[in-house]
Amino acid sequence: MRRFLRPGHDPVRERLKRDLFQFNKTVEHGFPHQPSALGYSPFLRLMAIGTRSGAIKLYGAPGVEFMGLHEENNTVMQIHFIPDQCQLVTLLDDNSLHLWSLKQHSGASELREEHRFTLKGPPGSPPSATQITAVLPHSSREVLYLGTESGNIFVVELPSFRVLEDRTITSEAVLQRVPEDYCNRRSCELVEALREHPKNPDQILIGYSRGLIVLWDLQNNKVTHHFLGSQQLENLYWQRDGSKFISCHYDGSYTQWPVSSDNRQPEPLENLVPYGPFPCKAISKIYWQTTKNGLPYIIFQGGMPRASYGDRHSISVVHGSQQTAFDFTSRVIDFFIIFSSEPTAEFDDPSAMVVLAEEELVVIDLKTAGWPAVHPPYLASLHCSAITCSHHVSNIPLKLWERIISAGSKQNIHYSNMPWPIDGGSNIAPDPPQRDLLLTGHEDGTVRFWDASGVCLHLLYKLSTVRVFLTDADPNDNMNTLGEDEWPPLRKVGTFDPYSDDPRLGIQKIYLCKYSGYLAVAGTAGQVLVMELNDEDAEHVVDHAEADLLQDQEGYRWKGHEKLKTRDGPVRFEAGFQPFVLVQCQPPAVVTSLALHSEWKLVAFGTSHGFGLFDHQQKRLVFVKCTLHPSDQLALEGPLSRVKSLKKSLRQSFRRIRRSRVSSRKRRGGSGNAAEVQEANAKFDQDALQEMELAPVQRKIEARSAEDSFTGFVRTLYFADTFLRDSSRHCPSLWAGTNGGTVYAFCLRVPPAERRMDEPVRAEQAKEIQLMHRAPVVGILVLDGRSTPLPEPLEVAHDLSKSPDMQGSHQLLVVSEEQFKVFTLPKVSSKLKLKLTALEGCRVRKVTVANFGSCKTDDYSENDLAVLTNLGDIQIISLPFLKLQIRYPCIRKEDVSGIASCVFTKYGQGFYLISPSEFERFSLSTKWLVEPRCVVDMPEVTSNNHVHKTGMENAVRKS
Amino acid sequence: EFRRFSLERSKPGKFEEFYGLLQHVHKIPNVDVLVGYTDIHGDLLPINNDDNYHKAVSTANPLLRIFIQRKEDADYSAFGTDTMTRKKNVLSNVLRPDNHKKKPHIVISMPQDFRPVSSIIDVDILPETHRRVRLYKYGTDKPLGFYIRDGSSVRVTPHGLEKVPGIFISRLVPGGLAQSTGLLAVNDEVLEVNGIEVSGKSLDQVTDMMIANSRNLIITVRPANQRNNVVRNSRTSGSSGQSTESSLPSSTPNILANFLQGEDESDEEDIIIEDSGEPQQIPKAAPPSESLESLTQIELLHESTQNGFLPSGEMDLNHSAGSISMEYEIQDPDHKSLEEDGTIITL
Repeated sequence: MRRFLRPGHDPVRERLKRDLFQFNKTVEHGFPHQPSALGYSPFLRLMAIGTRSGAIKLYGAPGVEFMGLHEENNTVMQIHFIPDQCQLVTLLDDNSLHLWSLKQHSGASELREEHRFTLKGPPGSPPSATQITAVLPHSSREVLYLGTESGNIFVVELPSFRVLEDRTITSEAVLQRVPEDYCNRRSCELVEALREHPKNPDQILIGYSRGLIVLWDLQNNKVTHHFLGSQQLENLYWQRDGSKFISCHYDGSYTQWPVSSDNRQPEPLENLVPYGPFPCKAISKIYWQTTKNGLPYIIFQGGMPRASYGDRHSISVVHGSQQTAFDFTSRVIDFFIIFSSEPTAEFDDPSAMVVLAEEELVVIDLKTAGWPAVHPPYLASLHCSAITCSHHVSNIPLKLWERIISAGSKQNIHYSNMPWPIDGGSNIAPDPPQRDLLLTGHEDGTVRFWDASGVCLHLLYKLSTVRVFLTDADPNDNMNTLGEDEWPPLRKVGTFDPYSDDPRLGIQKIYLCKYSGYLAVAGTAGQVLVMELNDEDAEHVVDHAEADLLQDQEGYRWKGHEKLKTRDGPVRFEAGFQPFVLVQCQPPAVVTSLALHSEWKLVAFGTSHGFGLFDHQQKRLVFVKCTLHPSDQLALEGPLSRVKSLKKSLRQSFRRIRRSRVSSRKRRGGSGNAAEVQEANAKFDQDALQEMELAPVQRKIEARSAEDSFTGFVRTLYFADTFLRDSSRHCPSLWAGTNGGTVYAFCLRVPPAERRMDEPVRAEQAKEIQLMHRAPVVGILVLDGRSTPLPEPLEVAHDLSKSPDMQGSHQLLVVSEEQFKVFTLPKVSSKLKLKLTALEGCRVRKVTVANFGSCKTDDYSENDLAVLTNLGDIQIISLPFLKLQIRYPCIRKEDVSGIASCVFTKYGQGFYLISPSEFERFSLSTKWLVEPRCVVDMPEVTSNNHVHKTGMENAVRKS
Repeated sequence: EFRRFSLERSKPGKFEEFYGLLQHVHKIPNVDVLVGYTDIHGDLLPINNDDNYHKAVSTANPLLRIFIQRKEDADYSAFGTDTMTRKKNVLSNVLRPDNHKKKPHIVISMPQDFRPVSSIIDVDILPETHRRVRLYKYGTDKPLGFYIRDGSSVRVTPHGLEKVPGIFISRLVPGGLAQSTGLLAVNDEVLEVNGIEVSGKSLDQVTDMMIANSRNLIITVRPANQRNNVVRNSRTSGSSGQSTESSLPSSTPNILANFLQGEDESDEEDIIIEDSGEPQQIPKAAPPSESLESLTQIELLHESTQNGFLPSGEMDLNHSAGSISMEYEIQDPDHKSLEEDGTIITL
């Protein structure tokens, strides 16, 4: 391939290519997959999230984000910001410590790893001697205290990570003056928590897992106070003035201890089991926050009654008589409280609680009555219901944009109005060049509209198609219907809800016309909905039609799912996109292709059986065409049933693993949980591997034939105004491409606007092209007389595109999985082609026309094909001469779901899923680039006094 | 029935005339017959055009034995290599018909229906240890019929012998094109597909490449069995032990040229049905000269369909003077009792 292109190597073109194309992975949108640690710096007002794969992500004000990746790809266990510094320390599950810093480089800040360190014990000592369980960055910023499994606390210097051996706090030294009967019972305990005194940096509080807590004097190297806890310790928290601290325990209790100079071994002030009297789960982390009005906020994680609510992931907030147990749908990784960090402030006055759950970030406004949630500007849980498809629309007209936002704001009234509390750093990226929408279809029948213009992927509006149908699930079924007197006072928060009530509701195809506001959505059970944007609530009847795609075929039995039942009578729809037409395909197979022409008011849809055209103006089915090969039994019987059952069993396996993860949650010695999970994972992998090995890894070599299964599967539909019959008259046409390499072209007669309602739309088959290589047709495109792709419907009417050239001869581009071919029109003769699979062994997975502008001059741009192959490569191919311009490796070829999820934008960007919850954004263009660019400045340290608060905040991560 | 007559060796005339003569001699003017002769190797070969007729005449030494069969009863399998030795068996089978049933003959079509199904190509530019096989899928309903798998092979590299991953033929489907050619075998290592090296490509990639090229598939293999390699030049010893190649010869342009030329147009002839009319092959638009110049390299070259006639060049031609005597047999419809399988020639 390359060899062929080299002769045509043109230096001018090569230079132009450099001005046009450039590949960058720019930003990850969504929620990090498998988060494992959380950290917060009240000084920088930045939040850090670590993941199981060793990634670390920092977030501040919207648009301020940084990402780093540990080379080891090990789970990040703990994250601690160094007080008053642009630095943080991470602890991985291989017991290594890493120092990261934010440094400014050519005007923007960058996150870089500076040092790494692994604590080593004397030769021959067990690994537990140096297994780090607790980390305390001291407010002096010079040392880290590292609590270990052996009970010893090591001191290392920063940033060199030099061990200061003479300052090691051994468990022997601590136990010296502990009462004999107590100490005998409890030797060799691991360090569970380390807390610096909020007012006196020379004192640190050390909590050991068996319950012993001591206050250690760093100056004199001795214990000043002993607190003899009787319960297994989980965590510690100082009160702001340093006169008291609070400890929480494995049995679901918490205890307040006084710290005074007169009593060196005080008794607890108060010991409480908040959800007693029956046995409770551990309270793994606790906050005691003082307020002006005197009533403290006590905020703790866990502690639920073991028998009835042991499976809940909860965080309770108690403020006087108000108490709410926030109930999360996924495991809580960690949380922190944002409170006044002003050193002069007398009280904590907490403002917000930030909770990192396994599948989403939830922020609760603690200042507003009712403690409403805050709508996060980033870290959106894309996968709150599994993503089934996505659709990107570039350059949304302002009017439509505002209407969508207004519809969305009506849905968000239950959110707090509080400004986003994590607001460190400043975004210095230029404003996004245009308004872009990313629409994601979900398994639960919803479509989410995301603002994809900039770095922060932000939910604008959520559309649900469920109301049109009768499903088993009652829409009024609400988890929050607990009465006033319910105990515990659980309140479900967050949006993550992975369980779909009815998989038939799943959205498979989306098409939005940005000029007219028409939206077509198609789903798993052959349903096609056409919607219109309405700014008001409305109640109306949805017109309903059925399209029998098996017309001529007889004697077939569909063994797949049933079609969805529709609601009779008028349905109430909220403001936003409201359906007015529903077409249901029969058999109700998944809709595999969809096209909407908003000017002609036509919608075309295809399944594995055929395709149809519906006139949504007259609400009349224009025609259907069966594409099924008579011998194709598989396609008839609901082909995916077998695949589905495999998927189901996989899902069950994962659920099992998830359950085992939850049950093995209790951490012992830092890495116990991870080890168990790894074991479970390894076992699962092994089982899966064994299954694979049973099947011989060999591939059949056979030419495609007309008798293959699923040849009738409609892969692509396309509307074009072109020359189909003769070169003097152009007419509207509909093109369809199938899995078996067939292209059908229908000539359409759309009555002129004034008689649009009076005369029917007519369609007549004009052409049928059978590609001899029979590979699936994945794209059809008509190029006008200037070899420019035809504009979108209404694009010309809105003066956003030149009208197409109808003088010169048109060309038809057919993209199959294996080849690109250009044919002449109206007489179809093959003009040129580019073979991909025969030469490179890769197949086309996604193809789009993209416009590339030059970064040097504003007046040059060209249209090319952006192609994603099954190997995860992206190729740019010129139009109309089909010459390979450039190729970039983008996605791992093993990442099948990543490749399947890829969408290109009209201006050379794209998105693909790197996990169920994250989109990677990439850019092929030198001109259109959306990437974070931000600065984090060191705030000025106002006074030395200040340091206490920040040091205190660096809570040791639990759970 | 036997007839014996003579022809002028130097002026054999046209096949048509000869055919007429045969019909005349046997008084069967309206019966379609197949004409065959035995060459010097004892093979029964067909006479059905001027060329092979002349060939047959020129090989007469001095007798040319002609066999005539009625077309409707014809036993096509009688033609081909070793037919005479087989025929002896046939004759014995006539005497012991039950014995004969054990070995059904492979039915092959008449020479005029022949088309290539496979060939070994580029023997001159490939190392002896390699074989480049071309499978012609078009025009046949036979499946390609083979499977490939991952494996590892040992290569000579600058660092000594190294185990490298490779692609191997794992299975041949009985009755498939691949098996019937006899040119590919299980455990043969696949080195190239239509001129593109497969090293570094995954099993799935190679599968896709083969399927994309399935209408005219050219596979370069290193046969697992190195004893049947084509021996070139004066080297007489079988090259079984020679696995010296570490890379393919640098004759890639040649290979590509071959592969490009080999690309048969039928691969590319998509079919169009206009206005529900008759299916037609899509013609090729004349490229507007200059702008498409570099595309001719992508656009594959058209080569006229090869005339796939039975290769017969290895025959030794022994000219002998004098008249040609002919012996021939003709099947007599009356001798049905002896014609159980239609393979029998009466004496």
